[in-house]
Amino acid sequence: MTFSERDGSGAIGPHGDVTISVRDLVVGFGDKLVMKGLDLDVYRGEVLGFVGGSGQGKSVLTRAILGLVPTRGGSIRIFGKNRDSLPPAERRALEQRWGVLFQNGALFSGLTVKQNIQMPMRETRDLSPRLMDELAMLKIELVGLKPDAADKFPSELSGGMVKRAALARALALDPELVFLDEPTSGLDPIGAAEFDELIATLQKTLGLTVFMVTHDLDSLYSICDRVAALAEGKVIAAGPLETLLQSDHPWLKAYFHGVRGGRLAATIPD
Amino acid sequence: MAAGAAQALPDVSPLEGGARLALAGDWTLAASRRLEQKAQEIVDFGRRSTFVTIDLSGVSRLDTAGAWLINRSRRLLAGANVAVVIEHARPEHDILLEEAAYREFPPRARGRISIVAELLSDIGRAVVSSAREFYRGVAFLGEFVSVMAFVATHPKHFRGTSLVAHMELVGLRSAPIIILINLLVGSIVAQQGIFQLMRFGATSYTVSLIGILVLRELGVLLTAIMIAGRSGSAITAEIGSMKMREEVDALRVMGLSVIEVLVAPRVLALVASLPILTFIADIAALFGGMLVSWGYGGISPVAFTSLLRDAIGLNTFMVGIIKAPFMALVIGLIATMDGLATLGSAESLGRQVTSSVVKSIFMVIVLDGLFAVFFASIHY
Ligand SMILES: Nc1ncnc2c1ncn2[C@@H]1O[C@H](COP(=O)(O)OP(=O)(O)OP(=O)(O)O)[C@@H](O)[C@H]1O
Ligand SMILES: [Mg+2]
Repeated sequence: MTFSERDGSGAIGPHGDVTISVRDLVVGFGDKLVMKGLDLDVYRGEVLGFVGGSGQGKSVLTRAILGLVPTRGGSIRIFGKNRDSLPPAERRALEQRWGVLFQNGALFSGLTVKQNIQMPMRETRDLSPRLMDELAMLKIELVGLKPDAADKFPSELSGGMVKRAALARALALDPELVFLDEPTSGLDPIGAAEFDELIATLQKTLGLTVFMVTHDLDSLYSICDRVAALAEGKVIAAGPLETLLQSDHPWLKAYFHGVRGGRLAATIPD
Repeated sequence: MAAGAAQALPDVSPLEGGARLALAGDWTLAASRRLEQKAQEIVDFGRRSTFVTIDLSGVSRLDTAGAWLINRSRRLLAGANVAVVIEHARPEHDILLEEAAYREFPPRARGRISIVAELLSDIGRAVVSSAREFYRGVAFLGEFVSVMAFVATHPKHFRGTSLVAHMELVGLRSAPIIILINLLVGSIVAQQGIFQLMRFGATSYTVSLIGILVLRELGVLLTAIMIAGRSGSAITAEIGSMKMREEVDALRVMGLSVIEVLVAPRVLALVASLPILTFIADIAALFGGMLVSWGYGGISPVAFTSLLRDAIGLNTFMVGIIKAPFMALVIGLIATMDGLATLGSAESLGRQVTSSVVKSIFMVIVLDGLFAVFFASIHY
């Protein structure tokens, strides 16, 4: 069963134009294909939750969209442009319009948290040291870190603090598009809820487009405008959560109506 | 297209009718320095009166940086007793202004001390840390020896596969470059020997020069230095990155001995390989010397070998070979110890690799000097 968005609505979705459009994507390692002709649209200003079993290729898709994994076929357009055909200067400009939170943080280990956050500002903007300091501290506070974490090195942070610091870095330039790979994993429920709230606020105020890989059912319910599900190298369903809840794809049924999913699904009126 | 494509620069302009400021354009970080200048203009303008209204209706985009700067200007004006009112902000901008409300951040605690004091404390720290390093090195050697003794009595703990794998990496794969370098150095020594000794008509002594120099010193020294640079650095980097990613800790909590699993196979592989490599190096250098003596000095290979046989004995050869395992031990212990001392950052890994190579080359040369004294005093 395919509920893929493109079947009905074409390029213009519920929120207007498309920020990321993936068509027929093929990605493989060796003789194993991870993406087998995958289609996906992310609309401007929406929070797209991306779900799928462990090892199905959510991180690989994210990396392919970011241009970190070579693709074997298909096209990826971001902000309406095909990254591969852009001249280097434009490609860099495009890359400054997104922020990325990697699954394991990927903070620069030789820099403090504050320097990590300032890195994109320092490299791409001309700002006074004072403003950079203030903005970094503001971001640190926004993501829920204590000010004294600013001068710590990544190796001195807890797992949850790494996530928060990495989010702060992803948001350093107030990008238009953010990729979050499991932002709430490793956070306590209170912290995860704050995280969700922060992302919702930023989406509302900055018009942020969010591509969020997550296993956190609460995040899906509370902040995602649409959810896409990945299985067997394809998007098996994409749409508002209610649509996915009613799908009879076996994996989706198990996911949303299993022991954990069922508890939350029960609270959602159909 | 997406909003970021067309950019309007942020702007501030006074409005008609008193203390009113209209902000316009994109108040976003993309404007860099200009954004800060415009925020300063708000303050400069506001300072002239006691009351100012900021009209945000012209602002097309606002991000946290813009909101922060507007809030900061507002706070600065409030500090100068100027009342500020913000008008016509869009609802989402209102939320953002609230999120980025001005707050004081604790100043960075960074005590300034004089350069002299800093210099002295740096020197002191360096002395203490090298003393500590020496102590750690000796302790590490002791630990290594005790683990070796344990393994010798419990052969089940001997990791043969790992040892062979490392011998391939350290020994076999270094052979080509070591052969090449020694061939070249042997040729150079021969050429210089012939050239300098020609003036005394003592060209044939070149063979003794090559034989003794290569077998006693050059072969083993060049090989050890090459291995310190090539394999020592690789070992430090490998163990260091394992340490960074908590792989070493994982070994420890499984109740495995780090020395037994990580250190011993590498060090033993070095100890076993270096004498063999030294032997190969000796042959290569002698061969290089022979070729040059033949082509440049007119000493035929037959004459070369018979002269060589007169000039050297088994002891000349053994002097070089005996040193090899000790040098290998020093290289291996320094490399593994420095790898294990890596802290969490990539920078620290780089530092450890550098220090490992520098230290082991230095120690190899020191060791060579000690052996020279020793062999001289026993007339070997
Ligand atoms: N560099 C690589 N080389 C070979 N195979 C890879 C590589 N990276 C990922 N894979 C494979 O691709 C598949 C998808 O991996 P991916 O990391 O995208 O999973 P995921 O959906 O993000 O899972 P999780 O939810 O556990 O993070 C896995 O089977 C993995 O083994
Ligand atoms: Mg993943």
